[in-house]
Amino acid sequence: MDVLRNQVAVVLQNNVLFSGTIYDNLRWGNKDATDEECQEACRLACADDFIRAFPDGYNTYIEQGGSNVSGGQKQRLCIARALLKNPKILILDDSTSAVDTATDARIRRAFREDIPNTTKLIIAQRVSSVQDADRIIVMDEGRISAFGTHEELLASSEIYREVYESQTSGGGDFDEKAGD
Amino acid sequence: MPGPGQRPPRGAKPQVQNPGKLLARLMGYIFRDYKFHCIIVFILICCSVLANVQGTLFTKNLIDDYITPFLLTDNPDFGPLARAIGRVACFYALGVVSTYMYNRIMVTVSQGTLKHLRDDLFSHMETLPIRYFDTHKHGDIMSVYTNDIDTLRQMISQSIPQIINSAFTIVSVFISMLILSVPLTGVTLIMVCVMLFFTRKATSLSGKYFREQQTNLGKVNGYIEEMMKGQKVVKVFCHEDECVKDFTELNNMLYVSADNAQTYSSFLGPINAQLGNVSYVVCAIVGGILALNGVGGFTLGGLASFLTFNKSFSMPINQVSQQFNSIIMAMAGADRIFRLMDEESETDNGYVTLVHAKEVNGVLTESDTRTGRWAWKHTHQADGSVDYKELKGDVVFDGVDFGYTDDKIVLHDIKLYATPGQKIAFVGSTGAGKTTITNLINRFYDIQDGKIRYDGINVNKIKKADLRRSLGIVLQDTHLFTGTVKENIRFGKLDATDEEIVAAAKLANADGFIRRLPQGYDTMLTGDGANLSQGQRQLLAIARAAIADPPVLILDEATSSIDTRTERIVQEGMDHLMAGRTTFVIAHRLSTVQNSDCIMVLEQGRIIERGTHDQLIEEKGRYYQLYTGNAIAS
Repeated sequence: MDVLRNQVAVVLQNNVLFSGTIYDNLRWGNKDATDEECQEACRLACADDFIRAFPDGYNTYIEQGGSNVSGGQKQRLCIARALLKNPKILILDDSTSAVDTATDARIRRAFREDIPNTTKLIIAQRVSSVQDADRIIVMDEGRISAFGTHEELLASSEIYREVYESQTSGGGDFDEKAGD
Repeated sequence: MPGPGQRPPRGAKPQVQNPGKLLARLMGYIFRDYKFHCIIVFILICCSVLANVQGTLFTKNLIDDYITPFLLTDNPDFGPLARAIGRVACFYALGVVSTYMYNRIMVTVSQGTLKHLRDDLFSHMETLPIRYFDTHKHGDIMSVYTNDIDTLRQMISQSIPQIINSAFTIVSVFISMLILSVPLTGVTLIMVCVMLFFTRKATSLSGKYFREQQTNLGKVNGYIEEMMKGQKVVKVFCHEDECVKDFTELNNMLYVSADNAQTYSSFLGPINAQLGNVSYVVCAIVGGILALNGVGGFTLGGLASFLTFNKSFSMPINQVSQQFNSIIMAMAGADRIFRLMDEESETDNGYVTLVHAKEVNGVLTESDTRTGRWAWKHTHQADGSVDYKELKGDVVFDGVDFGYTDDKIVLHDIKLYATPGQKIAFVGSTGAGKTTITNLINRFYDIQDGKIRYDGINVNKIKKADLRRSLGIVLQDTHLFTGTVKENIRFGKLDATDEEIVAAAKLANADGFIRRLPQGYDTMLTGDGANLSQGQRQLLAIARAAIADPPVLILDEATSSIDTRTERIVQEGMDHLMAGRTTFVIAHRLSTVQNSDCIMVLEQGRIIERGTHDQLIEEKGRYYQLYTGNAIAS
């Protein structure tokens, strides 16, 4: 079980930070990580800038439950923490919902360019978050109802098409549109 | 902002500033409702102490007047002795009955006082401004109701009567001892001083460890809570072993401090008991010599009485000093309770009220019955004249600056106006200040500079309750209360009929799912509506706002937590609700933004762009970047 979990990094929907400094929290991912490695992971997760803006930088103390950072900052710290594990598989469960869209797009690009060899599973409500994925799985009532790339699914899956159309034709998401 | 359920380390006990004043205030609280009870208790305590002292003093007469003479006669008459013993028994019986009665009454007094304290705490808490809950952890507030109240229970029901009893006992016993023998009293006093010295030493040592124990207990509790909440994260990162290690360390610290605290405090009992015995023996020897030599008329009977007093003199002193720690803790608890009660209530200097209105001869006047129309009743303070102004939903922000604290302004120079029926959308990245602006319309917070006007009236002049009644709010995360679906919707308008509720639910698109619930509108919701989905909860919130039928609406559109199909149902509900009302919407949806009358683009607390969708696209500014996605490079 440990072997399995050590190869997989998950960024959960309701993620939790623990009381301790930012470094302490990041090193949950890899307790031997150097300061440079921690900062590199934060750069990928677009967290470096705001951390440096804190008076104590990376030594800022996170209160219990991460109550002194905003939702978007928390999510980015959680992503950085997961990246430090150097996982073979990275699972992102709706984990950029509170991050503004331009940043979200930057994070996704960083994933694509800097860790190309990691398998990424992305769970999302938004079509645009998954549009560029290699394979998209459409789930309906606990079953896989369709499987394929964005274009294939548009042609084959009624649910996917419906969702896609509802999000792009005026019913779509303003923020998401911007980040795309 | 602290989330719910976070418990602070309970150990950090602030030093009580003014214990005398605090105690006086606490006693005042007790006297307020139980003056009569307290007087009775006081009398009973006096009775019980005096009865015991009398009983003991009588031992002297018993021995000197009855038993000693018997030794000298051959044929003693036991009749008078039996009567005398009967009298002693009566005294002691009176003491026992009084003790029982005052303890019984104190139960009522302490429980009743605690009930009133809790009632007062809660009703005061409801008057506090949102700011208070932002700056205080919910766990802290919770523990005032539980831990602190409980420390008071012990203090009121046990410590206070015991202290009164002890003080009274000490005084009366001391006087009796002086009457019996001055030199022996001196001996007893010296021994008591020795005892007090040891008690002080032991309590100060154990006190230090008791405080340490509280701090460590707080840490252990906090750690357990944190790890329970983050259990999934712990598993995902395979951190179980590290967590156990950290916990063991904290737990060990708790063990060491608790062990020390108990060790030092348990020294106290045996040491004092031994010192008490020494005192007894010394008095017995000295008193024996005095009595045998008949110094100062001291008799054997006097010695017997004195020895009993010797015991009952040191006992209350020990009892009180042993309770020292719990009294200190209770005082700290009382301090926190009263501090919450002294917390300043949300101030409301508003005098403009919302009233039902009707039109008579083209002039708007107040109506006693619900007319469906509302007016602001503005009583001018200068001359007492009254104006009525129809409630329309016109909102103006004029140069508003705001910060949660004075030294950190988060909104700068916000200017905007919304005429009745308009839809104003706020867009911008997280933390730009969208939600903050909507909180200001409600007056959850007061602004530092500038003016907000509602139908031309400065909102500071409007009574908060009436202002909030005229606004409807639908938040992303809806809070539902324990109760039926119907009751939750009725929250928006307490006198709504069932038909009105169904109509509101239909408008909000909530009717369909409610009818599919096991008991329809009468389905019980518990634990913040845990049995409903996020989307369903939001539909209920919309229905709640619809039934209140406010002219101004504040909407926070849902982002990602609901699926696309439910979202569409929610959006339809919201669109129905928005029709014909002034709406402020924190927008995430393209369609909402597009058909808004005005779009405000916020960036770091400032409105950087404003206009309709077409105008803003034309401007090719930040909005254009957001809209077209060219922002990535910036």
